[in-house]
This record gives sequence, C-alpha cells and structure tokens, in this order.
Amino acid sequence: MAEYKPIRKVVSGNYAAAYAVKHARVQVVAAYPITPQTSIIEKIAEFIANGEADIQYVPVESEHSAMAATIGASATGARAFTATASQGLALMHEMLHWASGARLPIVMVEVNRALAPPWSVWDDQTDSLAQRDTGWMQFYAENNQEVYDGVLMAFKIAEQVNVPIMVIESAFILSHTYDVVEMIPQELVDEFLPPRKPLYTLTDFDNPKAIGALATPDDYYEFRYKLAKAHEEAKKIIKDVGKEFGERFGRDYSDMIEKYRTDDADFIFLGMGSLMGTVKEAVDRLRDEGYKVGAAKVRWFRPFPKEELYELAKKVDGIAVVDRNFSFGQEGILFTEAKGALYNTSARPLMKNYIVGLGGRDFTLNDVRKIAEDMKGLIERGELDEEVEWYHLKR
Amino acid sequence: MIEIRFHGRGGQGAVTAANILASAAFKQGKYVQAFPFFGVERRGAPVTAFTRIDDKPIRIKTQIYEPDIVVVLDPSLLDTVDVTAGLKDDGTVIVNTEKSKEEVLEKLKKKPKKLALVDATTIALEILGLPITNTAILGAVAKATGIVELRYIQEAIKETFSGALGEKNARAAEEAFNRTVVYEL
Repeated sequence: MAEYKPIRKVVSGNYAAAYAVKHARVQVVAAYPITPQTSIIEKIAEFIANGEADIQYVPVESEHSAMAATIGASATGARAFTATASQGLALMHEMLHWASGARLPIVMVEVNRALAPPWSVWDDQTDSLAQRDTGWMQFYAENNQEVYDGVLMAFKIAEQVNVPIMVIESAFILSHTYDVVEMIPQELVDEFLPPRKPLYTLTDFDNPKAIGALATPDDYYEFRYKLAKAHEEAKKIIKDVGKEFGERFGRDYSDMIEKYRTDDADFIFLGMGSLMGTVKEAVDRLRDEGYKVGAAKVRWFRPFPKEELYELAKKVDGIAVVDRNFSFGQEGILFTEAKGALYNTSARPLMKNYIVGLGGRDFTLNDVRKIAEDMKGLIERGELDEEVEWYHLKR
Repeated sequence: MIEIRFHGRGGQGAVTAANILASAAFKQGKYVQAFPFFGVERRGAPVTAFTRIDDKPIRIKTQIYEPDIVVVLDPSLLDTVDVTAGLKDDGTVIVNTEKSKEEVLEKLKKKPKKLALVDATTIALEILGLPITNTAILGAVAKATGIVELRYIQEAIKETFSGALGEKNARAAEEAFNRTVVYEL
C-alpha cells in the first residue's frame, strides 16, 4: 500500500462531490441541472472538457430521463453517477424504483432542497426522505469532507450489495460553502475502489439477461425479500468499508451513527446532515457549562441503524430529535423512525421532536442551547409538554 | 475563530472576496470556511458573504451574527444597511470610501475598536479600469487586521483570476494595502 499523503483543497460541497466522481473513475454521468446541484455537473463537465476525466456525459431533458440513462449505463456494467435536488428528485421518483429493483449500484448525490410551493431553493431534508421507500440506501453528509468520502465509499458499498445509494448534502450550507477537504491521491483511491465487477451485464451477449421483466405473484414477493435482505446485509458491508476507509485514510466511518460525547451524557441530540456540525460545536460549549449532553449523528438513514440507536438510547434519559423535515399528518421523519426502532426494546428515554430549519431557516448555536434547556427541564419533571415542537415558529 | 462579514452589492464580487480570503488563510495554514448569505441575489442589491478562519476544523454551519471584522465594499451601503450589526466590542470595520474617518463614523451605528479606510474604487479604476473592488479591499484586510499576509492574498487572487487579470488584481490588492489608513479608536 502506497503511503497516504492527502491533497488538501478549499472546495464547495458540490466540487467535493465532483472530485469524488472523478477519483472514483466513474464512466457515465447523465444529469439535468437544478439549483443548488448544478455546479456538481458543471465541474464534472469541466473535468471532461479538460481531459482530466474519461467520463461519458449524457445530457438529458429531465431528471426522469437522467435516472433512466443512468440505469441503462449501470445495466451495461458501467460505474454510473447522477445528481439532483428537490423537484428534480421528485420527478425521478418512478425511476428510483427501477434502479433499486434492478439491483443497480448507482450512486447519486442529492442536494437537500425544500419542495415547492412556496418556491424555495434552501436546505430541507423532506425531498430525500420522501424517497425513503424506493429501496435506495441513504447517507447524510455533515460537511464537505463527508460528501467526498461518502461518494467514494458509496460506490464500494453499492457494488458489493447491488443497491443504489444517495449521498445527501445540504443546499448552500454545504453545496455552496467553501471548506477544507482532504482528497486522496488517485492511485490510493484506485487501491480502495477497484473497477466495478458486475455480476451480469446487458452487453454480455454470450449470456443474455433481461432486467425489469414481469414477475407474477408467484415470484414478485421473493424479489422484494431479496432487496430487503440486501439492505440488512449492507449494514455489515457499511461497517467494513467504513473501517477500511479509516485504516487507509484516517477517517473512520464504521459507525452508522456517529457518537459525539455521548458516553456519559444524560441526554443527546439525534439528527442528520449539516446541522449536526453546529450541534457538536454547541455540545462542547454546553459541556463547559456543566450540561451532560452529547450528539448522535445518523449517517445512514437507510438501512436504518436501529441496533446502534438502541445501544445509545438505553444509556440516556432523553433524546432530542432535531428534524429538518416533516411528514404532514404526523411528525418529523427521523423522530418516527427512532421511536419505532425502540418500541420492541427495553430502552425508554424521554423523546421530543424539534422541527427546525425547514426551507433553510438558520439553526444556530443559541437554538441548540434553548433546546438543551428545554430537554433538561422535561427530564427533571419526567414528562413531555408536547411531543412535537415547531421550534422556530414566529408567535 | 475569526469571523468576517462582507457587505457589497450584487456584481461587486463580495462572495469572491470571501472565497479568496479563505483560500489565502488556508495557504497560511489555517482552517477556513467561506459562504454567501443564501438570499435572492440580484445585481446592485445589497449582498453579504462570510469567511471563518480558525486553527482547528470549523464545524459550525450557521451564518455569522457577531463578526470580528466587517468589510464594506460599497460606501453607499453605509446609508442603507446596519453594517455594524452584532459587531464584537473589539471589532474592526474596513470601508471602501473616499470619505473621512469622521464622516464614516457618523454613519456607523456602533463605534468599532479599529477603523480602516481605503479608496478602493479609485484603485480599481486606475488598475483594472473597472469599479470592482473585491480584490483591492482584501489588501486593506491584510493591512488592517494582519490575519492573512498580503502575499497569500495575492497568491489566492492569481489562482482565482488567471494570467494578466490575476496580476492586475494582485497589484490592486498591494496598492490598497499601501494606501489603507488604519485608526485605533
């Protein structure tokens, strides 16, 4: 193994994604521009134009076609990538099922952006979470480094379990924010991520196969079971690949939930994505003032790491679930998932849902402090005031 | 951690200034973060951009509410925007203006600890032939704050603008560095 000397660059989250696509030696990209994703595919196009990347770029007329073309490319055995956001992801919805059902290891960067109306281009997780049941795996990045690392790991994981993966980043807060990213020299990426070895390809004419064919009631059920099983098996692959990444490059991703100062915490924050960077910073400040508080960042929402959540939940008195998303008629989506995951266990911390940051509303250190104060009071009284709080609401 | 807020007008390059300052600090061995205010930018409308500089990785992902340094690229903003909003008590304000210290202070809602003035528009017109002040003003940032050395700012400028354009912009920054007047208040 060659010695690892990282190349440090100041890049946006979108450029971090584009560099990762180049370093992963992606062969086909089909995409349609949408704010705030556009600079990912612009940068990829620039790499191609400069001769820095050997990628077949397919311009298409919609996101539905983008995913269709990516599916076609992946089915021929190519390493294929696309990127989108919000309305574009919604338009892709039908094809997402075709990708996972055909068991194609596509990787897509999805920039979390609020759904309209009212029109918005800002950060909100509801777009990706609305695709929860499409059979895709979902990785949420906290910072630009995790966007880059996430794309590289996603290809390695997806190609082992034959399930597509969304690597998800925040609109503007990551996509257009410049930050220091450690990139990996190409030869070391090549060692970590060798060329894809597909089980079947549509271009293997000696062994012709079909994908997306009809399955009668006698067969469909087993296809679904196999995809369900693949998600379960992916948990171990995620841990192995995350550990290997740490051993090679110093950033360990073996935990599906990152734990930050949770060991002796009375209560923890549970959340996903960029807002957890602010939460971790706030946790340090709250600790200095005597709050026994920690942060748990859900990296992988699908498959859902319920075993890791249980290990955390059994040790704390309370969990403040911060959701930058909402399921109308119910509550924040991570909150539902977390409560459901604990129901058949002995862990019964007090859990409260804080709806924060929808449509890019800034979620600040002071907001984390106020939520910590609220949680502390609730735990002392031993009961909830309300299960779901619209935290920022102008009153 | 040092937090810097840029005030400009759409098209003046405040966002680019924030990015170049971050790149320059990075070259000097710092951790950095640079981002625009995620608003609905239009040419001519007031815009803000932010840079954070620290010795350790920067985790916080919020806008900047209590800046250490405020940089004003367009003097007319002093009449319409409270540029000192949230400024720390020991904060620095850097303004592109041809006006005097007294005239500028009269327009600021909060008196900074340090005030730096430079006529960056004239410098930009002299050297670039355009009233785009985002590179020149960074020379004033180097002079007034010392957070980043001028040579790193010039390096970062030349990486952002290639060839002769980069050289000219780097010269604008140097000229602004030389002409900036700093007042301790």
